[in-house]
Parts: sequence; C-alpha cells; structure tokens
Amino acid sequence: MPDTLPFPPRMGSNAGQPLSRRDGPLKVTGAATFAADNHPEGMLYAVPATAAIARGRVTGMNVAAARAHPGVVEVYTPANRPPLMHDPDEKLGLFGMRMEALQNDSVRYAGQPIAFVVAETLEAATEGAALLAPEYAAEPARVTAETGERYTPERVGFGGPLSVGAGDIEAGLAAAAHRLETRFETPDQYHNAMEPHALVAQWDGDKLTLDTPNQAIVMACGLFAAYFGIPAENIHLRSPFLGGGFGSKAVPTGAQILTILAARELGRPVKLALTRQQMFGPVGHRARTWQTLRMGLDGAGKLTALHHHSTGATSSFDDFIEPAAAASRTLYASPAILTTHDGIRLDTGTPGAMRAPGEASGSAALEVAIDEAAEVCGMNPLAFRLANYAEVEPITGKPYSSKALRECYEAGAKAFGWASRPLAPRQMRDEAGMLTGWGMGTAVFHCPMFPASAEAVIRADGTAVIRTSGADMGQGAWTALAQIGAAALGLDPDQVEFESGHSHLPDAGVAGGSGHTASAGQALHNAGEDAVARLAELASTDPASPLYGTGNAGVLARRGRLYARDDESRSESYAEILARAGKPQVEGTGKGARDPASAETYALQAHGAVFAEVKVDPELGQMRVSRMIGAFAAGRIINPKLARSQYLGGMIWGLSFALHEEAIHDRRTGRIVNADFAGYHVPVNADVPEMEAIMIHEDDPHVNVLGVKGVGEIGITGSVGAVANAIWHATGFRPHRFPVRIEDVLPSLS
Amino acid sequence: MTYVLNLTINGAAQAIALDDPRVTLLDLLRERLHLTGAKKGCDRGQCGACTVLVDGRRINSCLTLAVSLDGVEITTIEGLAEGETLHPVQQAFIEHDGFQCGFCTPGQIMSAVGLIGEGQAGTDPERIREGMSGNICRCGAYHGIVEAVLDAQATFQDGVKRKTA
Amino acid sequence: MKSFDYIRPASIAEAIAAAAEPGTAYLAAGTNLLDLMKGGASRPDRLVDITRLPGLDGVDRLDDGAMRIGTMVRNADLAHDPAFARAYPVVAEALLSGASAQLRNAATVGGNLMQKTRCSYFADPAAACNRRSPGAGCDARQGENRSHAILGWSENCIATHPSDFCVPLAALGAVVEIAGPAGSREVALEDFHLLPDETPERETALERGELVTAIRLPPDAAGFAAHSRYMKLRERTSFAFALVSAAAFLKVEDGIITEARLALGGVAARPWRSKVAEELLKGAALERRTFAEAATAALAEARPSGDNAVKIELARRISIRALLLAAAGTPSRLPALPGSPLSSQYGDLANA
Ligand SMILES: Cc1cc2nc3c(=O)[nH]c(=O)nc-3n(C[C@H](O)[C@H](O)[C@H](O)COP(=O)(O)OP(=O)(O)OC[C@H]3O[C@@H](n4cnc5c(N)ncnc54)[C@H](O)[C@@H]3O)c2cc1C
Ligand code: SF4
Ligand code: FES
Ligand code: FES
Repeated sequence: MPDTLPFPPRMGSNAGQPLSRRDGPLKVTGAATFAADNHPEGMLYAVPATAAIARGRVTGMNVAAARAHPGVVEVYTPANRPPLMHDPDEKLGLFGMRMEALQNDSVRYAGQPIAFVVAETLEAATEGAALLAPEYAAEPARVTAETGERYTPERVGFGGPLSVGAGDIEAGLAAAAHRLETRFETPDQYHNAMEPHALVAQWDGDKLTLDTPNQAIVMACGLFAAYFGIPAENIHLRSPFLGGGFGSKAVPTGAQILTILAARELGRPVKLALTRQQMFGPVGHRARTWQTLRMGLDGAGKLTALHHHSTGATSSFDDFIEPAAAASRTLYASPAILTTHDGIRLDTGTPGAMRAPGEASGSAALEVAIDEAAEVCGMNPLAFRLANYAEVEPITGKPYSSKALRECYEAGAKAFGWASRPLAPRQMRDEAGMLTGWGMGTAVFHCPMFPASAEAVIRADGTAVIRTSGADMGQGAWTALAQIGAAALGLDPDQVEFESGHSHLPDAGVAGGSGHTASAGQALHNAGEDAVARLAELASTDPASPLYGTGNAGVLARRGRLYARDDESRSESYAEILARAGKPQVEGTGKGARDPASAETYALQAHGAVFAEVKVDPELGQMRVSRMIGAFAAGRIINPKLARSQYLGGMIWGLSFALHEEAIHDRRTGRIVNADFAGYHVPVNADVPEMEAIMIHEDDPHVNVLGVKGVGEIGITGSVGAVANAIWHATGFRPHRFPVRIEDVLPSLS
Repeated sequence: MTYVLNLTINGAAQAIALDDPRVTLLDLLRERLHLTGAKKGCDRGQCGACTVLVDGRRINSCLTLAVSLDGVEITTIEGLAEGETLHPVQQAFIEHDGFQCGFCTPGQIMSAVGLIGEGQAGTDPERIREGMSGNICRCGAYHGIVEAVLDAQATFQDGVKRKTA
Repeated sequence: MKSFDYIRPASIAEAIAAAAEPGTAYLAAGTNLLDLMKGGASRPDRLVDITRLPGLDGVDRLDDGAMRIGTMVRNADLAHDPAFARAYPVVAEALLSGASAQLRNAATVGGNLMQKTRCSYFADPAAACNRRSPGAGCDARQGENRSHAILGWSENCIATHPSDFCVPLAALGAVVEIAGPAGSREVALEDFHLLPDETPERETALERGELVTAIRLPPDAAGFAAHSRYMKLRERTSFAFALVSAAAFLKVEDGIITEARLALGGVAARPWRSKVAEELLKGAALERRTFAEAATAALAEARPSGDNAVKIELARRISIRALLLAAAGTPSRLPALPGSPLSSQYGDLANA
C-alpha cells in the first residue's frame, strides 16, 4: 500500500487504512436505495414535457389530448401551475440558479421543461407528455460563438474575480527570447451522472419528505423550503446514496420543484426521474470556452510572461462563467501573470460547476500550451516544467502549505519510463506498427472547505454513533468519514455506527470542490475528540477510576479504552467509565471550517503529474490511450483504496475530455443532436487502459487539522493535457480543440 | 386488456397480470414488482445499468417488452447472493473497489456474471474490457471492474476444479 | 410510448395475417423498435410478436452447400456458433463488433437487417425527416451530418444504414427469404435496402405484412474463410456505430487473387458492395498498390452529403486496411477487439 500518514497517537489505527467500502454489501446486492427506488403508497409518476426550440414562446399545446390519455391525472402548464412562494427567476443564495418551473410561456433553451404531466403509471405520464405536441413561435437560436452575445460578466464561477494577475505582461513579452500565442476551444460537456436526477415527494400536512440525490443536503432543504413557504426544518431530505453528482446535484431544478408542487396539489406522493435526454439542458453543464494563452520565454526556457484569457459561454438569462484562466494562477512561476475572462450568452441551459470547474478546461489549454512552449525552447516537457516550477505561489508570493509536486514528477516519470522519451514527435511505433506518443501534464486543484458540523456519542456499551448529513456520491463518505470519526473516538470503525445521508442531522456542508472529507471529516474529528474529552473528564474526576487525576489532556483513547498518557498501565474502558458514572452516553459536537489564518498565510493546493501513452493508427487515425500513470500529492490520504478510485476516475474523465465528450447543437434549432449515451460518448471499459495512481506522501500541518486536501477532482486536471500532448508526440499534430477527433489528426498521417 | 405472464424471478414462479403492454421488463421489475436493484441509466440500451439475466443470458431489460417474455426465468441482482453469502462476483467487486457511486453496479455485476457464463473472454483483460463495454460507469471504476471479473472468474474455476476433483 | 395492441401469433401464417393492417410492426427482440417507440419516431398501433414463431431459429447447412440462418437467431448465438464462425469468420467478427454483448444476446438476425438509420433527425420527432414523414424535408441536409452518407444519397435523404452484420452479408451475396400475404419470395440482400432517391420512406424491399424468415448465404459464399476481415472505424474503442467499415474477402492461389469481395458500411443507405473493386482485384497479386486501386475504384462515385468529406478518405483507407488484413490471413482466433484497427497487427502489413 502507498505510504500514508500515521495519525497522532491518541487516535486509533484505522484512518489511513485501505478499508473496503462500508456500503459495499448494499451496493453489490441492489439493496442500496437510490431516490428513484422509493415507492410510497399511492405514488404518482411525473414526466416533464420539454421544448424543441431554443428561443421563443410556446403558443399552444394539446392539453386535452394529454388529459384524455388513460391514467393521466393532471397536466400542468403555465396556465394552471399553482403559485410558488419564490420566483423561479430569482436566484437563491450563492449556489442558486434561475430555473424554469412553468412561470411563463417563454422558452430559453432546447430541453427546457414547458409542461408537466402526472399520471398513475410511468407509461401513461410519458405518453401524456408526448401527446402535448407543443406549437411554438420560434426565434433564431443563438448557439454558436458568432451568434451569441459577448459581454463582460461581473464575476466568474461562484463569485470569483474576473481578472487576477501580477507583473507587467507586455514588458515580459517584450523582453522574451521567444513569444508564443496559442488558442483553444473546449466543448459543452454534460455531467451525466449515471443516476438521472430523481425526486420522490411526500407531504404530510406542511411536512415534506424528499427522496432525492443531493450534494448539499441541509442547504438544499432551505432552498426547497423557500419555494413552498415552509421552514427548512419541515423538510426531511433523504439522500443516502447519490448515483454520481459531479456538481450537478446541489441545487433544486425546476422539474423537482414542480414534482413537490404536484404532490401537494394532488395529495399523493409523486415521483420524478429525468430521462437521459432530459439531463442535457436543465441540470447544468460545463460550458464551452475559447481560450488564448500568450507566453514569453527567455533563452533558458523560463517564462517571462503568461497571459491566459478565457471566454466562457453562459445562458441568455443567468451567469456562470467557467473560471478557466484561473488554472494559470498557481502552477508555473513567471514574473508576469495575467488571467482574464469574458463571456458569451447563448440559448442553452445555464452551465454550472462540473467536476473540476475551471481547472479542467483551463488546465487542458494550459498544459498543451506549456508543451508548445517546451517545444519552442527545444526542451523536454518535464525539464521545462521543472525549470518553471513555482516555489511559492506566483501571483501572491505565499508559501504553499505543502507541495510535493517535484516528488510527483519524479515518481510518475520513473514509473512511466519517461526518461527514454525521444524529444521529437513521430519517433515511436509499437510492435503492431501503431504510432505511439508520450505526453504529460501537471495536475492542480485547490482545497476548499465548507462549514460543517457533526456529533459523536459514546454509548454505554463502549460503541459509538457519529452523525453528520454527509453525502456519498461515490467518493466514499460512508467509509472515509466513518474512519475519521472512529479514529478520533479511539474505536474500530466496526464499533462506530454512522448516521448520515439525510437532513435531520448536523449539517455536513457541501459535498463538492473535493472538500467534503476535509470539512465534514474535521467536524467529525472534533466531535469525536469532544466526546472523548467528556469521557476523560468523567474518569479523571472519579476517585474510583484508575485514571483519576490525569486530567483530560492526560489521556489517550485507543481501542475503546482511555490510557494515562504517561503510564499506559493505568487504563479503563469506555463502558466501565460510563457504567460507574451511571450515564447512558456522552455526547460531543464538532465543527469544521477553513481556518482563515491558514488561508491568509498559505497557498493551499493539491498537485500531481500525469503521464499518458497514446496509440494512433497511422492511416486511419483511430486513437486510444494505452497507458496512464498519475502521481498525486493531496495531503493525508484517509483511505488509499478509495482515494485511488477517485484518482483513476478523475483520470478517466480527463481521457474523456480529451477524446470523447462533446454535446453538439444543431445550429438552426439549437437542439442537442446527440443528447444520449449513444451519441454523447463517454469512455467505455475498452477505452480505459492500464492505469495507475501513485500516492505521494505529503505532510501538511497547515491546510487543516487532519492534513487532508481532497482527491475528487484533481485527477482530471493534467490528464487532458497529458493525452493531448501524447497525441502530438505520436503524430506531430498539436490539438487545440477538444475532443480530438479522427479528422483532426488525419492530415498529419500518411 | 390484461396479459398474464408466467415468470420465474430469482427462483420464484409468479403469475403477473399486466394491464399495459407498454411496460418494459425494467419498469415491471422496478415499478410494479419493486425489485429496484436493476437501474435505469438511459432506458435505451446504451448504458447497461438495467442488465439482468433472462434464461441465463445478460440482456438490457429496458429494451425488452415484458409481455413478450412469458415463461422465462429472470435473475436480477437481488437473486444473486445465497442468503448472507455473496456471489463471488459481488465479493470481488467489493474487494477490488469495482464501483464508486454504485448506480451502475447491479448492471455491471449481472453483466459480469453473464460474461463469465459465456466463457468467451478467459483471463485476457482486453477481452474482459471488450465484453464489459456495454456497461458504462460514469464514475470510472473500470479498473476495479476488470480486476474483479478476473478474480471472480478464478474463484469460480477453483470451485469447479474442487468439485470435479 | 403510444398504446398498442399486442398480438402473439402461433404461426407464420397468423403473423402475416395479423400484420396486414396498416400501423402494424413486427416485434423481434425490440432493441431497435422499442428505442424508436420510446423516442416517438415510431408509433405503431399494433405489435405482432414473432419471437415465439416456430422454425425461425435454425442455423442450417443446406444440401447445396448454402447456409440458412433463421430470422430469430440471436446475433450472439450466430457469432458464437462454432461451425458458422469457422466458415464465415468475417460475419462473426462483424456481428461481434456491433452494439454490446447484452444487445447481441437479444438482437435477432431479421431485426439487425431491418434496423433503422441512426440519423439523429430521424429519431427526433420534432425534426423534419422525409424518411419518417414523406415530404417533410430533411433536416440533416443542412444540419449536423458528419456521419451521413457519401454514396447513393439523394437530396431527399442522406442517411446511412448502420448495420455491421449486413456489410459482409452483402459482399457474400446473401439472399433474404421473405414470407408474405402473396406467398414466399427472395430478394438479394444487396437490393434489400433501398436507396433514397425520391422515396426515402421506402426503406426496404418488404411490402406491407411481409416477414423476413431467413437469410441465406449461397454456396459460393464459402471458401473465403482463410482470407477475410471486417474493419470498423469508430470514435470509441467499443460500443459505437461505425463511422465507416469494410468487409474484404479474398480467395488466393499462389499469391494471386482468384476471387474477391468488398463491401463498405456506414457510407450509404445500404451496405455498399463494390463489384468494380472486386473485378479489379481478381487476378491481381497481393499488393498494397492493387488494394489502393480497388479502394479508390470503390469510392469513385462518392461525394460528401454535408460536412463529411473526410469519410470518403476514411472509407478508402479502411478498405485498403481490410484488404491488407485479409491478404495477411484470417486470424485463428477473433481478435480481442473485433473489427477494431486497434487490435490489428499493422506492422505485418506494411510489408504485405
Ligand atoms: C445502443 C445500441 C447500439 C447499437 N450498436 C450497433 C452497432 O454497432 N452495429 C449494429 O449493427 N447494430 C447496432 N445496434 C442495433 C442492433 O443491432 C439492432 O437494434 C438489433 O439488431 C435489432 O434487432 P431486434 O431483434 O431487436 O429488432 P427489433 O427492434 O425487434 O426490430 C427492428 C425492426 O425490424 C422489424 N423486424 C424485425 N424482425 C423482422 C422480420 N423478421 N421481418 C420483418 N420485419 C422485422 C421490426 O418491425 C422493426 O421495425 C445497436 C443498438 C443499440 C440500441
Ligand atoms: S437524412 Fe434521411 S433520415 Fe435523416 S433527416 Fe434526412 S430524410 Fe430523415
Ligand atoms: S437503462 Fe437499459 S441500457 Fe441503460
Ligand atoms: S460506480 Fe458510479 S457509475 Fe459506476
């Protein structure tokens, strides 16, 4: 197993171990209950009808035909949609988005919900929606860069600054020995979690139970509640498992609101499960970018200037601009760095955060540009990256809280065999005659934390229960968070019950930004320590205890016992302490949040290096990644088995970005022509080669008490560039547009 | 009109009255019989999340009309384990972390059981990858899935050898 | 999905009688039909389930050496039938390069033949499509058409037929056996799928109510087993339709081609057999130059129907590749990635 950090001695030994998923048995037997698996008595089915135009108005629908279809119970259109207590066109909170909940007859993107059919069976609801046969007054769709409206947004991402930089770019360029300007285009990508968005709503008076996958359970209750004028506590949101989220399952969407509304109006539970096709539009996406990088290089291959500009697409009615240029802020040293953004409005759904927002698209461009710069300087891409290694964060000058990127480069390059890479492209063929190329990219992702809270209870029998509303969308929260809680409690994970995945628990914050383990983990850690402290308090003040007089700082918690720190022969079990005190349990609480002081003092980033081998058919241009190795340094690894899966999954997303994913709009209608898994390609098993993720030891005392950075998104960054650079090395063709297609490489072939 | 289907599902014979011929096998299992292990990822044969065995063969239950299946034997993920004892493929998926979110997993596992039964892939990882390519995993757990299939297959073969020895 | 009547006939005659009314569709495995019904592109009133009809699931060698494959034989069963795969390895390879293992376990021979185009406008009821609704127009013509036809298309429709299986069948001169209200008849597979011309809605030679009962490979389809390959260019390593594909068959004596067959997939509304190319190859040596000439001849008439000129070059190249690999010899075991250039030993061929 890869090297992992030992926990401080007062903790048990379980954190850092490659435990199998605690929810594994449920998931392999089909017993894990996802939202759409729920069937409350008397449940109805809801199916939205969606717009076939991208801009204009709905002028008519055959509501009578839909109503007449056997089994159809109700048809909602803007004409009869009952009122909501919050305007769907008003944003709610930092993460809220404008949505469509039948507030009027306008259409602002293809795939927008325009009516809502509820029926006794799924078959009837589906056909009811089809029978509506809407008519439209369509206006020309604006879905290309040429037809969209350029504008200057106020912010990028979730409130980030438009422009960040330091130093004089033009001076840096003027002084450079080589200058390079290079442009990139990245496509629209859709999250497409395997589990389409679903929701089952049940009302009981003004109490509401929601089964719906959600990445921010407690926050979402507040948002849902606002539309119905009820207190957030009245909502019990259950989300024990998410069938993938990737950023698309944090905020309510229109169809979900309508489902809840229908359940209230009709007095029966209602289930909604979007179709795969309906996942292309109303639930967010990673929008197109057009990026330009301008670089100056001195004679030794060091950057003298780096300007990264990104134009991001958003919808006509809301703002989310991919903070793509941000990728250039922290990775390479340069006396002048400038990162800037602007926007284009298109007739699409509003984009949002999708796994590694900003960095994925931005590092795709940056890492190819860096390879181009290395080529201009005649340098090996790794040597070039080392020559421009940032010892401190370039723009701010802050030290990194920890940064084992050099070690990542070294370990990855060694495992991959990078040293024998020929400098020039088109030098390698495999035994079958395929053009073979090797490329690399640097991975980077920031390590945010979100406010989180938790409880830990040590029970009379010496076991414990820990509680936080955490969301497991595959990253392994059920397991990793339990490991952290158990370690803090000095118990084996088997002795710790973990209540999570619903809203009547302490708020675990947002499962996003790769920050969940750090945030909810820290809350659980603190809650566990708090519970142990209370127990120690009982023991050290009890003359009958062998620990009498130790004081609660004077004990260690291990395997269900407290030990005197200076004399381990003095010890007592949790059960004994509680029994003597006559208490059924002790309770601890804890919070997690970023320490502002550490954020002020340090640059907080996880890093990695990805190496890829690509084979290209020398005549047909068919491409395949044949080998991929990533080495990552992301602070302490709580569970290397789960972390490895996160890294590999991220690298596959990078591969997918480089070679597969692209939603294609019909230019005239604005409809996405490949809105399904047959047309919108994501990698299948045969696309995924030998892959390895190497974990580089990183001891970070500053990032948070646990030393945890986050592993969920970093795997994508660097990987796109690694694959693209390997394509160049195989063929001599330099990709500037993603995904790279057969016809792109063909001209470079024989 | 009502159609009566005789199906054996996970070993239990059932007569099912179906009032609507439009119901797919997947929707029959999930919405009417409340066997929700099989998942709906696309409803169009494009993802494999709905894979079940019909007379021992893996198929996409989303593209199969239930009415046309009268008389067959169906095995779903719920019918794989013997009581508390997991099927070797299930066990191997846990050990090799062959899933993350778990949504594609019932389909992956049923597909793997089908693949092993077909006996075409052997121990060649490339043939296993090809044979499992009808099951998309958006989380990207493919590496663990291939390891799990290889491992489970070896367990099977051991078992067979021991029995015949 | 529209409501429909479901009928399960007990005999072929009953099936044909039940299908006489307009608005009826035969239901085989349903992997294509249900897909289109769910999307709303197909809205039949009545389904006639042919999956239980007796006598349609045999794979039989006939006395004259022909091979008859019943319409209900599942794609996977045919590909894994050892005797069949030995005699017609390319047909097995083409079948196994298509769809996924689950779909092949269900999909039938007749359904594969009868499957509709994957033109996304055809599948989208909100789009104008002459093939789906005659006279409506063709949204693909000025739309997203990088995977559309380069041969045999008309202004009315530029769709391709997506089947892999049909490509080697066309090359081998397969015959479609049909039963209908007016009795039985046969149509050459090459003529079975109709080019769009003025009537793209007429997709096949079947008349209303007619049922495909079997496909027959004629006696002279045997004898290519030693030198034949199917090559399929895809945008994913597996589980993707062909951008272009080619099936090549050679009979070789003393280094000379005595007979050749070549058909292309993904290029037209039918699997595209090139007799011109076959003639050029006959009597020639196993040389790359000859293969290139034959491939060029096969595509002489090709022209882009939209943003897809690259397919002409790709079709030419994949034909050369299939011929080179056929010349090198059929592998003793199907490659791990059937039909994929990624599993072919290109190195051996550079010198072929
Ligand atoms: C995701 C996906 C990927 C696919 N990829 C590929 C691929 O890569 N390559 C490929 O070749 N195919 C591919 N296919 C298509 C697949 O091969 C077809 O769906 C399948 O062969 C159809 O067979 P079926 O028995 O299910 O036909 P059905 O869906 O039952 O029928 C199809 C049509 O044929 C008619 N029909 C069926 N049998 C007869 C008969 N005997 N006489 C007259 N009419 C009949 C039906 O009325 C219907 O119109 C793919 C399909 C899907 C869903
Ligand atoms: S190409 Fe043919 S199938 Fe496609 S839209 Fe045009 S007419 Fe319809
Ligand atoms: S749900 Fe059946 S294949 Fe996707
Ligand atoms: S485990 Fe999430 S889709 Fe496979």
